[in-house]
Amino acid sequence: MSTAGHGALTRTKILKRQQAVSRAMEGVAWLAAFTAVAILVVVVWSVARRGASQLSFDFLTKPQIAYDPTQPQGLANAFVGTFVIVAIATAMALPFGILVAIYVNEFATRWIRNAIGLVLDLLQGVPAIVIGFFVFGLIVLPLHQQSALAASFALAVMMLPLVARTTIEVLKLVPSSLREASLGLGVPRWRTVVGVVLPQSVGGTLTGVTLAVARVAGETAPILFTSSLVANGTSWNPTHALMTVPLAIFELSDQPDLPSQQRAWAAAFVLLMFILFASLAARWLATRSKRKLGRAR
Amino acid sequence: MTEILSESSSIEPAVRVETKRQPLPPRERLETVFEIENLDALYGSKAALKGVSMEIYKNLVTAIIGPSGCGKSTFIRCMNRMNDLVPSFSQTGTIRYHGYDISTRDVDPVAVRRTIGMVFQRPNPFPKSIFDNVAWGLKVLGMKDGLNERVEKALTQAALWDEAKDRLKTNALGLSGGQQQRLCIARAIAVEPDVVLMDEPASALDPIATQKIEELMHNLKSEYTFVIVTHNMQQAARVADMTAFFSISRGEEGARWGELIEYDATEKIFTAPSDKRTEDYVTGRFG
Amino acid sequence: MRLGDFVLQGVAGAAAFASLGLVALIVIEIVHRARPAYSAFGFSFVYRVIWDPVHDVYGAGSYLFGTVITSFGALLLAAPLAIGIGLFLSELAPKGILAPVTALVETLAAIPSVVIGLWGLIVLAPFLRDHVDPALHSVLGFIPLFGQAAVGPSLFTAIIVLTIMILPIIASISRELFLAVPSELKEGALGLGATRWQMVRGVSLSYSRSGIAAAMILGLGRALGEAIAVTQVIGGGTEILWNLFTPGDTLASKIAANYQGTSGLLETPALLYLATILLVFSLITSVLAQLIVRHAARQHGAQ
Repeated sequence: MSTAGHGALTRTKILKRQQAVSRAMEGVAWLAAFTAVAILVVVVWSVARRGASQLSFDFLTKPQIAYDPTQPQGLANAFVGTFVIVAIATAMALPFGILVAIYVNEFATRWIRNAIGLVLDLLQGVPAIVIGFFVFGLIVLPLHQQSALAASFALAVMMLPLVARTTIEVLKLVPSSLREASLGLGVPRWRTVVGVVLPQSVGGTLTGVTLAVARVAGETAPILFTSSLVANGTSWNPTHALMTVPLAIFELSDQPDLPSQQRAWAAAFVLLMFILFASLAARWLATRSKRKLGRAR
Repeated sequence: MTEILSESSSIEPAVRVETKRQPLPPRERLETVFEIENLDALYGSKAALKGVSMEIYKNLVTAIIGPSGCGKSTFIRCMNRMNDLVPSFSQTGTIRYHGYDISTRDVDPVAVRRTIGMVFQRPNPFPKSIFDNVAWGLKVLGMKDGLNERVEKALTQAALWDEAKDRLKTNALGLSGGQQQRLCIARAIAVEPDVVLMDEPASALDPIATQKIEELMHNLKSEYTFVIVTHNMQQAARVADMTAFFSISRGEEGARWGELIEYDATEKIFTAPSDKRTEDYVTGRFG
Repeated sequence: MRLGDFVLQGVAGAAAFASLGLVALIVIEIVHRARPAYSAFGFSFVYRVIWDPVHDVYGAGSYLFGTVITSFGALLLAAPLAIGIGLFLSELAPKGILAPVTALVETLAAIPSVVIGLWGLIVLAPFLRDHVDPALHSVLGFIPLFGQAAVGPSLFTAIIVLTIMILPIIASISRELFLAVPSELKEGALGLGATRWQMVRGVSLSYSRSGIAAAMILGLGRALGEAIAVTQVIGGGTEILWNLFTPGDTLASKIAANYQGTSGLLETPALLYLATILLVFSLITSVLAQLIVRHAARQHGAQ
């Protein structure tokens, strides 16, 4: 004899209520995800709509000339300044980060490894404005002079944890069999590290650097105290303070007049496009290097 | 293709075991819990099981035996809709539970699992206290009345009460493997299921722990119906009233799937099987 | 040891130890430059509400208030939203939209603060002012926090901006935590007949709770230190007003607002004093998050 229908399954009333709650919570999660996507779309759309229309050849190639508003205004000086500052910052942070990663992975004892790991985390947590103030006190005040170099140093300090971390991760992935093979052949330790291990990590390090560049190119706070009192005209001289795109946006956003605001949106659009492009590049590099390392094992 | 051996001949079983098993009541007195008809189970386009048909009876221990890869786990997980968790899974055929087809999409798998419980191969207690492990299911199913008594009863039935009663609030992860598995059994039976499915419950445990679990099943089958998957023939011979033998069939282009070969009283499966493949397996003639 | 090995280990070691010294150097430099202010005002600087360059008297009180209210307000809004997103990305998202949505959430993190600040100032603030603030005031006006609606920049706009900025970090950490919950625990819960939400609540959230706490603290740290976007929308108010719809200021934002120079003699050291407080906050939150992660790793390692 058998029990027919629903009677076979127990406690269906309480289950109905619990399933309703479960479905409601699922709805909440969907809503949360939708909200995040909506925010992103709204912001990017606002910037694109207001900024893209303002782009012109003049904008990209002519500098900002504050003393003569009748001249076509552009932000060439800011683009140049950002390029110089970020390039120098990368040149500072990259070798430093790689050296730190090499030490952590190849030479350090566990204690030192933990200490450096902690320090990198602490460094990443220091607010950008504090780092700017730090470089201000360390370099700008004693020299009585702002400079792109000082700004680069501040950005380099911010890039260091990212570059070091990614390089450490990538070095860890290099199979020890490679190291052992090289050492077994009689190749000295330093040669092994530089000639065998490091080349394997190029992809990962490149990813880390690209991510770090995407991160600091948009930073304004460290620039405020190190490279904000800028002269007019486009300059490539790193010993002077140079205008940067984020700072330009920051200052233009404060102005009440429409042309300034329009230039702010245009600059924001260019900055956003650059950063999105860099982030995509980083992601593409990451998948490529993972595949390469996967083959090496 | 089956080779029927004559009724009178019996084989030299590969397994001789001590068993507490009682002789089976006559078939008319057995109540059907599951009626499985023509079950096919597929992962994507690959068949894992084909054409399984059998009945599982109340208050018996039914063992599912067979070589690796014959679909035993897939089969048992069909019975409580656990395969729903695998995105590529699909099945055809019917699984009637007390006459009600539970394999269709419009039956809530959560409802199914509340009366058909499961114990898994590796003990998986929650990282909570022993008490909370058993109590969690009770709270979730709304059986909060007399919580303490229910927990004690479940732990007692799972032969864990004596070892646990002084440390109910300690973390369950501090228990040994065998104790953890008994805790998982307690957790499953606390919510008063009708059927308890066990997917190789003792394969990760030592012989003494295994023995405790087998004793458990024997003592509890008057209250629950057990279906146990095991790769250990001796265990099936010791513990099961009915035994189902699954094996791997091959087709063209390297296709392999599991099929139910023979299903009968354990005694018969191990001493006078009807199918040659069953005989080969239980006498250890192949791996 | 060969010369090459010696050189490499030396140079790499120098870089490593330099990085160890970097944090110390930052602390020393900031504290050193803030000393004139500390000598002049002592510890009472931390709670005094005044910023007067003319008479050269300063206090961090209103900025501390602004920092605490905006950061915790943002955390309050961002945390449940981010955890929901983490759950969505780990349990619910159908195959087709999982990758795009994950990428979109990460992209939100990449938007520079000055761009969010610009958007916040020109697009968000008027919208909040015209539509959201009055609605909140009419419904919750009995709470002093939601007093008379704003005319211009406000603490509330800053809170919304900060929420948007810390949302992605908490969300991606939560997502990783939920993906790391062992599947046998989830199966155990589902096998008992738990609904999906019961399983998430009883197993996933419970297993990940330390990690989520650490994620929230990291998000809080990010909010505490944000200077640019906040200063663009918050209005630079100097008093402690409990109405969210009035202008205010935070530690970081006050520092940023004065980048063009200071007038009072002690004003720059006072700003550095603010920076010291900010630095202490950031170090505490970083260390706290680390401790929680390490404690959780030990607990889970016991299995």
